[in-house]
Amino acid sequence: MKKFETFDGVAAPLPAANIDTDKIIPARFLKTIKRTGLGKSLFNDQRYDETGADKPDFVLNRAPYRQAEILIVGENFGCGSSREHAPWALADFGVRCVIATSFADIFHNNAFKNGLLLITLDRDTVATLMEDAGKGANARFTVDLENQEITRPDGSVVPFDIDPFRKHCLLNGLDDIGLTLRKLPKIDAYEACQRSRQPWLYG
Amino acid sequence: MTEPRTLYDKIWDRHLIDEQDDGTSLIYVDRHLVHEVTSPQAFEGLRAAGRRVRRPDATLAVADHNIPTSDRARGIADPESRLQVETLIANCAEFGVPFYAIDDPRQGIVHIIGPEQGFTQPGMTIVCGDSHTSTHGAFGALAFGIGTSEVEHVLATQTLIQKRAKNMRITVEGALAPGVTAKDLILAMIGAIGTAGGTGHVIEYAGEAVRALSMEGRMTVCNMSIEAGARAGLIAPDETTFAYLEGRPLAPAGVEWSHALANWRSLPSDPGARYDTEVTLDAAAIAPQVTWGTSPEDVLPITERVPDPAAIADEERSRAVAHMLDYMGLAPGVALTDIPVDVVFIGSCTNGRIEDLRAAAAVARGRRVAEGVRALVVPGSGLVKAEAEAEGLDRIFIEAGFEWREPGCSMCLAMNADKLRPGQRCASTSNRNFEGRQGPGGRTHLLSPAMAAAAAVAGRLADARAFAAEEAAQ
Repeated sequence: MKKFETFDGVAAPLPAANIDTDKIIPARFLKTIKRTGLGKSLFNDQRYDETGADKPDFVLNRAPYRQAEILIVGENFGCGSSREHAPWALADFGVRCVIATSFADIFHNNAFKNGLLLITLDRDTVATLMEDAGKGANARFTVDLENQEITRPDGSVVPFDIDPFRKHCLLNGLDDIGLTLRKLPKIDAYEACQRSRQPWLYG
Repeated sequence: MTEPRTLYDKIWDRHLIDEQDDGTSLIYVDRHLVHEVTSPQAFEGLRAAGRRVRRPDATLAVADHNIPTSDRARGIADPESRLQVETLIANCAEFGVPFYAIDDPRQGIVHIIGPEQGFTQPGMTIVCGDSHTSTHGAFGALAFGIGTSEVEHVLATQTLIQKRAKNMRITVEGALAPGVTAKDLILAMIGAIGTAGGTGHVIEYAGEAVRALSMEGRMTVCNMSIEAGARAGLIAPDETTFAYLEGRPLAPAGVEWSHALANWRSLPSDPGARYDTEVTLDAAAIAPQVTWGTSPEDVLPITERVPDPAAIADEERSRAVAHMLDYMGLAPGVALTDIPVDVVFIGSCTNGRIEDLRAAAAVARGRRVAEGVRALVVPGSGLVKAEAEAEGLDRIFIEAGFEWREPGCSMCLAMNADKLRPGQRCASTSNRNFEGRQGPGGRTHLLSPAMAAAAAVAGRLADARAFAAEEAAQ
């Protein structure tokens, strides 16, 4: 996984609540055996009409939001299906950070495993950032994970909380499997104990 | 004496391998179900790192999302779907993972076949790259959906990195009224707590009405826990659970069965165990439910009318409701029973089990699907299909004008050829009414199997209780 570094990027507003992973990427685009190339299908049914042409009223079809690296979204973002294709599509489009009052649990896990930073803030702060994101060319934020700060277009700073372990993994680009395999002796010991107590669990 | 613990706490404690100071934990995974959509990238990751599958004996794979539910002898026409299924077959062969082939009678939807085979057992941790893994919680197993990175993690290590969830208990007191089913119960619960109401929690379903449910009904309830935002739902194992499991091919047998039983009987929550959130519902107050919007929380009793955004004080909610009604092509204030349907879908991991097909057949028996309505019945597995055929349910459906299909996920998520056309309205026994879920521009109303069959016959949303009353009168 790539290390997460401080960046300055355009933020796009998507204020609807309960944006589900079917909306982020419809099921018919899940017939892939790769992780890449899904960005073009991100928000497909909101983004394109039946002929495949851009819908001009969709935010990511407008300048400067075509280059958005940050999304400010409504509550319970990423609910529904567990498809990791949702964060893959966001990352492939170029999104690196999503800000909301709340995220669905499985999406939250999946996003961090793909280097995507999810920031949870209170309702008023998200409303302020949503307003900032509506400012077109001026809708730029700096996201600094190391110091846990978002710098708004007017230069003011919004601090955010983050799980220390997730922060550590993002900043260092750490792969979970590699970390877990360091605990292999503990896994072996667990299995040996479980096998003796509950042999029916082993085929 | 130790603190009283919940069922969730007990399963968690039994599977905890390691816990860091910040609560990040490594838990052991007893069973892993694998399907074709969320696994190819995980196997690819293993291959690239030179890793093997740690516990093939604890892993079971099947193709369900993509496969056609008709003309299966002709193979899969869609080249992308075919490649995904072929990739699963090749990966299972390479890594030694047991796989139920498409022509195997045990093939079916992953959440139907796990319980059916006895692969799912009380007290286990069970994962799958699919959010409806919560279904298996009906057995008192901690079961939840994971992403593809986690699928790879489980394949390689048989563990998962997790944080302890909060405990929620929903107690349903009293008995469900006649004609009110497990599906109505879970839809009413989601309506009560909202689609994010269970976020961060594991929900334990308790109370008289839950205890009275069959295993099929319990699976329907736990299946839709994720629609309430909870990754997992749980029901304490009891005699109903044990009777269902005894003799299943992968369940413990002989002396191991009695050891397992003793173990499972220690699982239910201790008296006095603490829950972070408690909700109580009155079973008798629940009527058959149907969704009118594009989130499962947008649900009402069939006797109600479509809400009017103008009557909603909260501006944000009013706008959201107006948007949903626009997408759904519904006028405010219309009676739900006046909404015509084009398609009826009976199936899915929510309602594709034998009891669901029996309930739908009871309404369909001796009646006809309304003119212009297309109605599909898709059994959840090959074994459900065979059982239904042995009972003659297929004849009832076919004579009534329903299509009788091969098992798979089908129109629940429209990854195979079964999908809605833009603007079509579907009465569906599946789990999600999201925009475009059953096909781009498709409109979904979620309801129970009996209600779906009633809609097929009436040609519009209908109260299934009226059909039962009609039968009783005859």
